[in-house]
Amino acid sequence: MKHARIAWSGAIQQALESDGQLLITQGPHRGHRVAFDEVVWLPPLAPVPQARTVIALGLNYADHAKELAFKAPEEPLAFMKGEASLIGHMAFTKRPADVKYMHYECELAVVIGRTARRVKKADAYDFIAGYTVANDYAIRDYLENWYRPNLRVKNRDTCTPIGPWLVDAADVPNPMALKLQTTVNGQVTQSGSTADMIFDVPTLIEYFSSFMTLNPGDLILTGTPDGIVNVNPGDVVVTEIEGIGALTNTLVSS
Amino acid sequence: MNHWQPQGTVYGTLLNFRREWDLWGSRMTQDPHKAAPQAPVLYVKSANTFNPGKVLVLQDGVKEVDIGASWGLVMGEQGHVEGVVLLNDWSVPHSSYFRPPVKFRCRDGYLGCGVPPVPLSALDLASLSITVQVNGQRVQTVHLSDVVRPMDRLLADVAEFMTLQAGDVLMLGTDVLETGQRPRARAGDTVCLMAPGFTPWVQTVQAEAA
Repeated sequence: MKHARIAWSGAIQQALESDGQLLITQGPHRGHRVAFDEVVWLPPLAPVPQARTVIALGLNYADHAKELAFKAPEEPLAFMKGEASLIGHMAFTKRPADVKYMHYECELAVVIGRTARRVKKADAYDFIAGYTVANDYAIRDYLENWYRPNLRVKNRDTCTPIGPWLVDAADVPNPMALKLQTTVNGQVTQSGSTADMIFDVPTLIEYFSSFMTLNPGDLILTGTPDGIVNVNPGDVVVTEIEGIGALTNTLVSS
Repeated sequence: MNHWQPQGTVYGTLLNFRREWDLWGSRMTQDPHKAAPQAPVLYVKSANTFNPGKVLVLQDGVKEVDIGASWGLVMGEQGHVEGVVLLNDWSVPHSSYFRPPVKFRCRDGYLGCGVPPVPLSALDLASLSITVQVNGQRVQTVHLSDVVRPMDRLLADVAEFMTLQAGDVLMLGTDVLETGQRPRARAGDTVCLMAPGFTPWVQTVQAEAA
């Protein structure tokens, strides 16, 4: 099933994708259907009791690592983001007026389903609730070589669209063979496959859970393949992963 | 009861004490850094680090930890600082600041945090200090007057690119000793942070049970 979290009729609703519409599954509007363009899409993530851990990967596709002129890392290059950087599908992302190079990053996002600590690769899939699409925007003008990529590049307000759907893990038989694609104003600019990850999803769960506890609702954004280009105010960026969803975002000047 | 935990995301600030900045000196402009940092160098302390308990357990092969006595600004609505909390921002010692410090800073229990915040209005920021004791011996005194970016400047520079939410915590940084290292603790050590205006914060470091 594809789960969404939306604002409609003055409240937050939980919904499922159903025949090209949103079927509300809880509360007074349960059973009601609404059109995709009638709602405000929120990140498809249920609230969690403590700050959500959002881990992101850098240089996790061999081609992207090459594109950025680094050799492939020997261990995952991970950084953390705050949940406040997340926004939903069909939202607006701010592009500062004075920057030269801001790019999208289409990423498979893993949502943890069970508390994970010292999980072995072979068992890792049991700890996944589902998958969604993230667009982990970066502004390279602000890159500094201190805890790089630094938060000014990677933890900006409005710069991590995520959604539209949380797709149950059971409905994604092989997350390591999904096509990824980004379009800017309808032109394909990025295409790849999750098969080309350097550290695949089970390896990442084994790695992180070897030194820290992952809790239900925590996120791992698994990195992006090559094909990143500068985007400008007015551009409509669609990051799409086969079987997971197409996440639309529009850039606005800030 | 000392069991306070952050409600939101906790951010730490690197290189915010003048002694460490000055010790780096010209090395800041060498590879791989190439230049001194312009924006605040921040990191996230994920929720698995929150540790309001009396014990820090060293796990997964870690033998010693840096003690990171710090103040955290507890945010209220609309960027207003609601209170200040005394924290121990534990980390695995690491000399390279090039890559993000997830495996050094985000291990389970690595943010000692049990003492409830004190209202900002109750504190005289200019004179704030923390005395760090290990097994009853003073090993460090941290003075808030030694920061590179004082509170208001740090908040403004962070707000330039991200909005701190109500419940988020922004730490003002951790100081180093004359050696450039932070004081360290090993299994068996009891670490006490004492700061005027705050309840002392005591945790004992333990080895993982075999």
